[in-house]
Amino acid sequence: MDKNPFEYAPAPESRALVSIKAQYGLFINGAWVEPKTKDKFATINPANEEVLSKISQASDSDVDRAVKAARAAYLKTWSKMPAKERGKYLFRIARIMQERAREFAVLETLDNGKPIRESRDVDVPLAAAHFFYHAGWADKLDYAGLGINPKPHGVVGQIIPWNFPLLMLAWKIAPALATGNTVVLKPAETTPLTALLFAEVCQQAELPAGVVNIITGDGATGAALVNHPGVDKIAFTGSTEVGKLIARSIAISGKNATLELGGKAANIVFEDAPIDEAVEGIVNGIFFNQGHVCCAGSRLIVQENIYDDLLAKLKRRMSLIRVGDPLDKNTDLGAINSAAQLAKIKELSASGDTEGAFRWSPDCQLPSKGFWFAPTIFTGVTQSHRIAREEIFGPVLSVLTFRTPQEAIEKANNTPYGLSAGIWSEKGSRILWASKALKAGVIWANTFNKFDPASPFGGYKESGWGREGGRHGLAPYLKGAK
Amino acid sequence: MSRIDIKKTYKLFIGGQFPRSESGRTYEIKGANGKFIANPALASRKDLRDSVTAAKSALSGWSSATAFNRGQILYRIAEIMEGRRDQFVNEIIALEGGSAKAAEAQVEQAIDLWVWYAGWCDKISTIAGATNPIAGPYYNFTTPEELGVVGIIADQKDSLLGLVAAIAPVIATGNTAVVIASEKRPLPAITLSEALATSDLPAGVLNILTGKVSELAPWLASHMEIDGLDISGADPKIESELRIAGAENLKRIHRFNKSQSPQRMLAFMEAKTVWHPIGV
Repeated sequence: MDKNPFEYAPAPESRALVSIKAQYGLFINGAWVEPKTKDKFATINPANEEVLSKISQASDSDVDRAVKAARAAYLKTWSKMPAKERGKYLFRIARIMQERAREFAVLETLDNGKPIRESRDVDVPLAAAHFFYHAGWADKLDYAGLGINPKPHGVVGQIIPWNFPLLMLAWKIAPALATGNTVVLKPAETTPLTALLFAEVCQQAELPAGVVNIITGDGATGAALVNHPGVDKIAFTGSTEVGKLIARSIAISGKNATLELGGKAANIVFEDAPIDEAVEGIVNGIFFNQGHVCCAGSRLIVQENIYDDLLAKLKRRMSLIRVGDPLDKNTDLGAINSAAQLAKIKELSASGDTEGAFRWSPDCQLPSKGFWFAPTIFTGVTQSHRIAREEIFGPVLSVLTFRTPQEAIEKANNTPYGLSAGIWSEKGSRILWASKALKAGVIWANTFNKFDPASPFGGYKESGWGREGGRHGLAPYLKGAK
Repeated sequence: MSRIDIKKTYKLFIGGQFPRSESGRTYEIKGANGKFIANPALASRKDLRDSVTAAKSALSGWSSATAFNRGQILYRIAEIMEGRRDQFVNEIIALEGGSAKAAEAQVEQAIDLWVWYAGWCDKISTIAGATNPIAGPYYNFTTPEELGVVGIIADQKDSLLGLVAAIAPVIATGNTAVVIASEKRPLPAITLSEALATSDLPAGVLNILTGKVSELAPWLASHMEIDGLDISGADPKIESELRIAGAENLKRIHRFNKSQSPQRMLAFMEAKTVWHPIGV
């Protein structure tokens, strides 16, 4: 195919929907305050490297202020409030997020680089749904099967990544508040803007001061939060490397923690799979959100006898992926979130070349400014290749093959990770057999990358501790119910 | 002249076998009255690694056995223990001191605990699983599964009850385990392993080591093929050391207070959620 047959006229979403301040303070005790050190850092639009705003770097003493505010709010207000009333605040938050959904979507796309189609249709509605779902739990915890009259921990320190900034905030804050905890949350350094807009939502919802505190900063701020003696529990989503650091820090302090970490998910396509649907699922599995997804289907494991057919269809489909302006409603693949992440993707992809795998990308023009990486597949990948073992966290798919179902499972499970896995087959018994055999917390059969507040999410092995979402996601936020 | 009784050689329990320590080491056990009782094996790091290999090999068979089948085997362990009641009572009195009544109570509680967990095998998924009402045309369910290989540092005081309280919930759900018995009171653990060996429990599901907790526990915590750790019997002074070592592969590490609780099962289970589209 020499030319993309689907030419689209530009259809950019208006960025006039958002007003970004020139700089932001920290949201502590219901108000905006300046960081003690006055340090600021820039947050940029990764699609064009434009500086969007200056963000405060919270120091140890700022973390201390935020934790104290959260403690005071817990003792004076939040723990005394009837659960029914607590729930109403979460309902209010959900409704305001829905009202301001488009604003959130545009802001998320500007700060993160993800296509507006995804921020508008996935991130923001799911984030609002998370608050709505958990709002209803607040006064029903006695019925959750997690003990009689279960108690919150108190102050929860939460650290979230840059791949789904608002959605991860919702995954963290909604269950924490529903179960009666107060929160100090640190968004990722490169994507703080929607969390700061969420602080405004808390104000509009008249959430009592100090129940939610948002502090911005880098890894040092996160470490200060993890190590603060006033924090009773840690909830972290991010890399396995940092997750292990946190596990070691809390080994001494004895804090509770939930960790949602990395993955290297296998997406297994059996010979009897519905091929066209599988191709869509493979594309969604690895190219959704530029592959910046901990549960991305980054290892395609294909039964040998359908390999040629599947690969031809996959390449054809990949050549239709539209890469470019994230604010354009037609865009499928947006910008890589940061220069550092782009460098990591390039480095790991280069290892694929040197270790003997074969790289292929469709012919696509990448913008000259910003951070970009074309959708890429590697074939001829073996299990020992770094691109089969390490999380790339980018739009790069490694393709392996298998002959027998047992071999597929062995290859799929041959990883220290265990977050998610995909199965493509028309045979019900095979799907259920494979679902049991795969060591992963979320199994998508004949679908991929689906999320819902009612559905528990979390990993086996080195993909983390605990679950988020559903009844299971309440347990880590309640004492004695771990 | 009265008969000279036959003394037992107390050995390890690894992969369904009763080997001595590969290191050739033993250590002396004295009773509550200070008198010599036995020279059980002083397990080494190699014995521990062999036990993990045995536990890992037994995992796929045990975890894929039906819950009903596992329940019957756990119940059979109670049956076999009941037949050895006096032996357990005598060992507990000899090691722990205390009254016969207290020893009998401990043995009875331990046996009853097997029965309690036997009944849980085919119910825990019903209690802890869910069908999730998601907003879309998908069938979505969550079910708890076995974690894998669990390392257990058994209670140091209640040599039988503490041990059963730790191992029964772990294997009830399909895990396999490597257990470090009470260091100074290891004999009921070894007698229990003899009961296990005649209870239809597949070889390697439970592996029981005797020896020094301070020597073995760090290897247990750092072993990359162990997925979870019950440190209820560990000295609190070494707890952070064990947790730091366990962080290397993010072991699920727990210390329990209650001997009888579904939480002891759930702590070593992983919730798996499966999605499938609904359509014609």
